[in-house]
Amino acid sequence: MSAASLSLTANSSNPAPAAEPTSPARTTENHMTSAAPTTIAASKPAPKNYAEPIGRALRALLPPILGFALLVGIWAIVSMKNKGIPTPEVVWHAAVTLFSDPFYSNGPNDQGIGWNILSSLKRVAIGFGFAAAVGIPLGFMIGRFKFLSAALDPIISLLRPVSPLAWLPIGLLVFKKADPAATWTIFICSIWPMILNTAQGVQRVPQDYLNVARVLNLSEWKVITKILFPSVLPYMLTGIRLSIGTAWLVIVAAEMLTGGVGIGFWVWDEWNNLKVEHIIIAIFVIGLVGLLLEQLLIQIAKKFSYDSNS
Amino acid sequence: MKSLVQIENVGMSFETKKGSFVALRDINLQINEGEVVSLIGHSGCGKSTLLNLIAGLTLPTDGALICGGREIAGPGPERAVVFQNHSLLPWLTCFENVYLGVERVFGQKEGKAKLKARTMAAIEMVHMAHAADKHPGEISGGMKQRIGIARAFAMEPKILLMDEPFGALDALTRAALQDELIGVMQKTGATVVMVTHDVDEAVLLSDRVVMLTNGPAATIGEILEVNLAKPRNRLTLANDAEYTRCRAAIIEFLYQKQVRKAA
Ligand SMILES: Nc1ncnc2c1ncn2[C@@H]1O[C@H](COP(=O)(O)OP(=O)(O)OP(=O)(O)O)[C@@H](O)[C@H]1O
Ligand SMILES: [Mg+2]
Repeated sequence: MSAASLSLTANSSNPAPAAEPTSPARTTENHMTSAAPTTIAASKPAPKNYAEPIGRALRALLPPILGFALLVGIWAIVSMKNKGIPTPEVVWHAAVTLFSDPFYSNGPNDQGIGWNILSSLKRVAIGFGFAAAVGIPLGFMIGRFKFLSAALDPIISLLRPVSPLAWLPIGLLVFKKADPAATWTIFICSIWPMILNTAQGVQRVPQDYLNVARVLNLSEWKVITKILFPSVLPYMLTGIRLSIGTAWLVIVAAEMLTGGVGIGFWVWDEWNNLKVEHIIIAIFVIGLVGLLLEQLLIQIAKKFSYDSNS
Repeated sequence: MKSLVQIENVGMSFETKKGSFVALRDINLQINEGEVVSLIGHSGCGKSTLLNLIAGLTLPTDGALICGGREIAGPGPERAVVFQNHSLLPWLTCFENVYLGVERVFGQKEGKAKLKARTMAAIEMVHMAHAADKHPGEISGGMKQRIGIARAFAMEPKILLMDEPFGALDALTRAALQDELIGVMQKTGATVVMVTHDVDEAVLLSDRVVMLTNGPAATIGEILEVNLAKPRNRLTLANDAEYTRCRAAIIEFLYQKQVRKAA
């Protein structure tokens, strides 16, 4: 199956599915407090006067609504000029039919959009899980031991900028199957932010805390569980958030190349069926899922961020 | 009185980019059991450096420090430190912060119940029982410092080292905590070395005030004995002749003999 779908790319008139993942190098200090500003303004009810909070909520919601209206407007104009692009209305109706039955299954090549999203998420989860299992301990060691960091830094710097898709053929070669190859790509792209952020977190454990550990003469185990791990956790979560974001970007492209069931493959399939409205729906769905993943991790990160100075 | 700590010809220099920087030289000091010694001097003269040497957090480049007959080769719970910025672990509750030290010191000999009782006793001693289950982020700066003190006392150290323990607090909280500390020291008979910037604090709390000359290459300029009965009360001391004498002596040292070069 993989060979068949790979041959799709040979058609030069098709756009090459080389999604450029945002570089996983955005590691430094991307702190996790960048919650959406609208929610802050909207979630402060003052019981005495209803007009004021409603007005505030409206003011907070107005700009995003206007933004979306503008987007749809531009899209409508473009679709009027260019017959190839479906109008917002057509896409809306297509979406309604599509989401009325997201979990049907007519064999491996014709499944509901729900199944496609779930199988993409499953691949991301597996690849990502392996990356966490390898990357976090490795990051800890790199942060703790100068020698390891000196030995591995050049390798990481060299490999990190490589598009994870370049690793896909290696995955196909080693695993001989499309599915693990896609997972392997996710593994590769997720591991760098995890290693780098964890290592940075370990290097930035406040000296005060380490001095406490030294004065109390804590055992290495206590140092790890009571001091290192909790203070590295926020950095680790940043790494995880960046990895998940990149993984979600990459999975679409990887699935286009490998085929099977998955949102990326679905996009490619709909392109071959010339169902452009479905592609547009897929774009929104992919964006939404990415947004939800990111928000989920921001919420988790908030739980574990301690203000050490207060 | 038995001597607990001996500091013999200690010097400390740091390797910096501009070469070697001598922070301390020729420090000689004995600290007796049950004594409260404060270190005072202008900013940057090397008070923290000296305290860290006693703690074992840094090792001297010259001379030797001895505690309880053994050379100080590193930090340990028998020399507990109260850090200037409290240094409580923000992910543990106040109770757990104190328990961490208690467990380390007494964990091998005593059961869980006893360890918990010790922890609670220390927290009660600084009147913080109501906040035992709060996280450091949820209590005020003064309260955090109280917990820091409880953590240090709970380990029953041979000597307690405090680096400007109240430096970050407002005057009222500071006075309240000084009184607290007087009470705790009275009860435990602890040996204490305390760094301070505050002349009144030095006289109020200590048996001896060690005055350091200005750096670089700071050393001990004078040592003042404070002959005031303990426990002391800040209200009755205000007009005490000995208190006034000590105060004057320190101020003269700091502001006449060791005039701070324009900072
Ligand atoms: N690790 C270090 N490396 C280089 N120089 C240092 C180091 N630690 C301290 N110093 C220098 O040693 C001198 C004494 O520093 P120290 O922190 O002991 O002063 P201090 O008396 O505690 O000052 P303050 O009252 O402001 O806390 C300073 O000039 C400081 O710059
Ligand atoms: Mg200092």
